[in-house]
Formats: sequence, C-alpha cells, structure tokens
Amino acid sequence: MSDILKYFRQDRLPHIWCPGCGHGTVTGALVRAIARLKLDKNKVCVVSGIGCSSRAPGYLDFDTLHTAHGRALAFATGIKLARPDLKVIVMTGDGDCTAIGGNHFIHAARRNIDITTIVMNNNIYGMTSGQYSPMTPKGFLGTTAPYGNVERTFDLCKLAEAAGATYVARGTAYHAQMLVDLCEQALTHRGFSVVEALTQCPTYFGRKNKVGGAVELLEWIKDRTVNSKAAAVLPPEKTAGKLLIGELYKNPQPEFCDEYDKVIAQVQRKFDGFRGGVRGCEQNSD
Amino acid sequence: MSDKKSYVHVIREKWCKGCNICVAYCPKKVLTLVNGKVFAERPHDCIGCRLCELRCPDFAIEIREASAVPEPEEETTVDYSIPPEATHA
Repeated sequence: MSDILKYFRQDRLPHIWCPGCGHGTVTGALVRAIARLKLDKNKVCVVSGIGCSSRAPGYLDFDTLHTAHGRALAFATGIKLARPDLKVIVMTGDGDCTAIGGNHFIHAARRNIDITTIVMNNNIYGMTSGQYSPMTPKGFLGTTAPYGNVERTFDLCKLAEAAGATYVARGTAYHAQMLVDLCEQALTHRGFSVVEALTQCPTYFGRKNKVGGAVELLEWIKDRTVNSKAAAVLPPEKTAGKLLIGELYKNPQPEFCDEYDKVIAQVQRKFDGFRGGVRGCEQNSD
Repeated sequence: MSDKKSYVHVIREKWCKGCNICVAYCPKKVLTLVNGKVFAERPHDCIGCRLCELRCPDFAIEIREASAVPEPEEETTVDYSIPPEATHA
C-alpha cells in the first residue's frame, strides 16, 4: 500500500465516491498493477470522460485528462498518436463507454491502437441519480425504469472482441486480486486492451433494486459470475446465466501506431531525394 | 506460535467512510467499526491476507508486517479541511 500511495494526489483524497462504491477498489487495482510494473509517472497518461468512474484520474498523480462525455477514447487516440511513447489508460464507466461513447469504443477497438481501457461497470448511471444504462440487466429497476428495465444488455466483452480488441478481460471488485492481475496483463499487452470491471453502486443500484449495501452487492456480483477457467470444466447448468470472468480473449495483432509509423517511413523514403522546387510528373502522379 | 508474524494495521481515519467492506470480508474478524470508522479490534489474530487492503475503496487501511523495518510515518501535516484550491495563488 505504501508503495502505491505515491501514485495518488493525496491532497485530493478522500475521494467523492459514496461509501462502499467499488470505483475506489478498481482504481486501487489499476494503481497496484502500475506499481507492480514500476511504470514511470511521467510516461503514463490517464484519460476519462464524464461520470462517477471518470472522477478517478483526478486522484491519480499522472498526466491526466478529464474530457467530454463518451469522448475519452477519442482524446486518448489523439494523445497516443502524438506521443506513442506514453502509456495511455482510459478509465470510463458503463454509460460513458457503451452508450454515449459506444461509437468511439468500437472504432478504437477496430484500429487496435495501444490503449488500455478500464470500464467500471456499475450497471447504472450513478452520477445523475440512477437512470438505467445499456448495462442494466433486464428486469432491474432504475429511476427511468420504475417497473423494470425491458432492454437487453450489451455483453461488453463480446462486443469488444467482435469490434477487434486484442485483449479482453472481465474482473470484479469482489475478485480484487484477480483484477490487479488482469490490469497488469492489459497494461503489458500491445494493442487495444479492455478490462470490464464489475463494481457495486450501493447508493442507486443497490437501494433501487433492494439488493442491499456494498457487502450484499459484492455478494450479488460474486454469485452472478464464474471464472472462465472453471466454466470450461463445470456442467452447463451451473454456468447458465452467469458472466465469465478472467482473461476472455487474447490475440496479438499489428498495432495501429506501428502500422502508422510504417506508412510515414514509406512516404518519407519516397520523398527523400526531394529538396524543393518543381517535382517531376512521375512523382506528382501518385 | 512464537514465530507467528504480527501485523500492524495502518488506518487513515480521515479517508475511511465506514462502508463495512473490510469488516465483512476479514476472514479472522479482526476489524470492527467504531463510530463509523474501521478499528483493528483483535490485531493479533491478523494473518496478513491483505483482503481488507485490496478491497478498501477508500485506500484507508493498510497492513504492514511488524518485523519489517519501520517506514517513515506518512501522516502528513496537510490540513484536509482547507481545499487545495485555496492554497494555490
């Protein structure tokens, strides 16, 4: 713990999250992973959008950016292309990533740009008083779904995989040690990596759905997840309706910045001999 | 039992919000809440699993081995009642 405190802006703590909110656990897991990898503070850039989860970079002592709603990945793409030497991390929430920023998310995944995305999924819009989000399970209550949510949810991990992300994992605030390992794996992976972290929202999700406080919600998260390695050997009736956690997909592919550098080098080679003046027609033709 | 490791619970009361997560998940029931803040009631039972430290959303509890070289006290002299903006010019 004392080794991770140096990564925090301690004068900003305690944070504004409600008592029992899982976002602090996820932030702690990410910082522990960074501490384990001994990353240089000046070589890490943390970007976030809007929402409860997006308050996290304000407490982290890196170069941080708090951007427009859903646009964290768009800003992060710009940062990564301008400074490919930086380790760019996006901390985002379920509403920020899947609803408002859904388009940015799938296109960042498609490009396979080297960004680590931590999606804190608390199944609800917490900051604006508990409206249902694309990740609210069917039948659960929200301020805007007083008789139960009728919409189906995204499976964020499958969405990321289908869109082209090359590292996809799901962790929970309950399985905190595993979340640190997953964050570490995601940070070391070169390419677009997604870690969906299920967290609890005792203030809105727990109270509205009568699940209970932070501890009951953690138990609820534990009961509806199963480790992907265990699921491979368990009978199907035991894993029915449960979310898989752990590393779900890994497939190293050419990274966007590397490919972009190749194009730059190719073009520079082409115009290497050119020192101004009027170019020949054969050079203009392409 | 003489070679049993003992642990020190460093608790930052200013950061603790009393959410009860550490108390509920301590396998040895070492911790309890006193006046809405966590308190190590039976520190000698601690086995150093650090589950409280990992799950604490507020970074308020930390387990250190007692035998380890004592680290410099981190309790800063910052007055948390003054917002950081106020000290900036």
